[in-house]
Amino acid sequence: MNNRRAGDSSPTFAWPAVTYLAAVVGGPLLLVALYSLLTRGKFGVGVVWDPSIKAWKQLFLEEKLDGSTVFNSQYLEIIGKSFVLAALTTIFSIAVGVPMAIWMSFRSARWRQLLVFAVTIPFWTNTLVRTYAWMLILNDNGLINRGLLKAGVIEQPLRLLYNSGATLIGLVYTFLPFMVLPVFASAEKFDFRLAEAAYDLGARRPQMLKRLILPIIKPGIVAGVVLVFIPALGSFLQPELLGGGKSLMIGNLIQAQFGPSRNWPFGSAVAVALMIITLLALMVFNASSRKAAETGQSASGLL
Amino acid sequence: MVNVLNDRPARAGLVVDNAAKAFRTPEGGAVKALDGVSIDIAPGEFFVMLGPSGCGKTTLLRSIAGLENLDAGTIHLDGERLDTVAPFARRVNTVFQSYALFPHMTVSENISFGLEMAGASRRSAAPRVSEMLALVHLEEMGSRKPHQLSGGQQQRVALARALATQPSVLLLDEPLAALDLKLRRGMQSELKRLQAATGITFVFVTHDQEEALALGDRIAVFNDGKIVQCGTPEDIYERPNGRFVADFIGEASFLNVSMIANLPDELFVNANRGAHVAVRPERVRFVAVSESHLSGVVVESQYAGPDVRLVVQLADGQMVRVRTTAGVPTPTVGGRADVAFSVGSLRKIEV
Repeated sequence: MNNRRAGDSSPTFAWPAVTYLAAVVGGPLLLVALYSLLTRGKFGVGVVWDPSIKAWKQLFLEEKLDGSTVFNSQYLEIIGKSFVLAALTTIFSIAVGVPMAIWMSFRSARWRQLLVFAVTIPFWTNTLVRTYAWMLILNDNGLINRGLLKAGVIEQPLRLLYNSGATLIGLVYTFLPFMVLPVFASAEKFDFRLAEAAYDLGARRPQMLKRLILPIIKPGIVAGVVLVFIPALGSFLQPELLGGGKSLMIGNLIQAQFGPSRNWPFGSAVAVALMIITLLALMVFNASSRKAAETGQSASGLL
Repeated sequence: MVNVLNDRPARAGLVVDNAAKAFRTPEGGAVKALDGVSIDIAPGEFFVMLGPSGCGKTTLLRSIAGLENLDAGTIHLDGERLDTVAPFARRVNTVFQSYALFPHMTVSENISFGLEMAGASRRSAAPRVSEMLALVHLEEMGSRKPHQLSGGQQQRVALARALATQPSVLLLDEPLAALDLKLRRGMQSELKRLQAATGITFVFVTHDQEEALALGDRIAVFNDGKIVQCGTPEDIYERPNGRFVADFIGEASFLNVSMIANLPDELFVNANRGAHVAVRPERVRFVAVSESHLSGVVVESQYAGPDVRLVVQLADGQMVRVRTTAGVPTPTVGGRADVAFSVGSLRKIEV
């Protein structure tokens, strides 16, 4: 019998997956990239076969009526704002999710099971419905405002809805489980005997956290950052419903181009740009976290 | 009981007084892991706590480290109360059975950890770290991660890490249990050498009686949460105070006195003729029938390299273990055997 090693098995087994992915991921991606290089169709529906880089130019240049172009920061601002909101979402998810995951992992086996189950409960309900629920909590007549009014803390309802803050609340709420679950998975494997050893060698709680627990659960945090940041960057539901018209993100911009604005090439260009930016951000993040691991820095330095 | 400990003059070393600790079982009952244990360990002593698993020896070790809290009793170190001090503030370090090396740190970082916790920077701890690496012969391994080391090397890193901060007491929880026999022998001499070199009090927990005899200045034999006997290895081996110790340490045959022929009466003049004695197998020899104390049939013979181990069954069914040097003619299995022992090697045992 042959001794089989990793990588030895025939590539035949991969063909179904490769074919499927090529058909439903690769194909449409290429199509979108192609659309971004074509011209807007008549009345804005579809595209016509007329290669042009106009859509890409539109990202940062505005064409005047006389044909001259001027710099236009409008779309770059939306991209920048999306980055800020996604980064804040990630930071808040870490701040809330990491302590929560560590706490969960130190419960008894039975409690852990129950808590993981509880974290996944939101997935049972459609995101749209859950985001609407936040509108009911945050609006002028919502739970928070009515409570505060009744308690006499405020006299006028607070403007909690339709701003970036509301968008952020919605994003953190939506993506928190994607931070908690991978961090929990790595924290659960933490060997408590290591904590005893650290304690025995003179470590107090903060040092234990910084020198022992955080470095060991770092792979979980890295996975959580990727799982929260990327979808948050491209999200459009939360800014649409909670941010109102004032808090556009890249996702809303893309959606608008295929919808009301009827500019498919520009929508495609923004989508491809988002993908490239995400890829670059991911590469930078990977490189920096690998560098931190090599120089023996703790994860806390990275965060 | 009235606590009069405070009036007692401070004693140096590690003193455990009347330690008690009970654990709940999953069934809802309670198990007394420690049941009134008192020991007095001199500074610089190599003290071994020996006993079967579940006898309480590890619980006591963990209580000294501060990883368990006693239900009752006190622990003093150099005259100062220890059991109320937080574990990170105790001048006591532990070598764990699992080694518990930090997997994400290099060997040097592991050794440096305790020093850094005590306020040193990594740079200022570096000379001490190299010194410790040299002490355990791992000079070349400083930049490796624990998983890149063999079991014996990991063991030595754990030792170096625990010794780096120069604790008053080093606690060792079955540190050699995971090593193979040859490596274990080597580490035993290594431990003796390290202890002599550092002058630190070693408290060593093991269930291996050979290891206990080889290492200990004194041995405390534990059973069911109590100390059964405490003394030098020779005390414990030669003068066991009961059947448990005689049986647990080394091998022994327990014989009814009334079965033994040619026994000088004056030795057991006060003894009940139904009393039992213990005899070590290496003190039994084959003799001519006229000189023998006992006669029987060889039922088992095992060649074990330097010696041969036999079991002789007596007429009443009692078994006598015999160990003789290989090469000397011995009766074969099924053959008749007449055995004798020096009367001085017999120990009276209360059954």
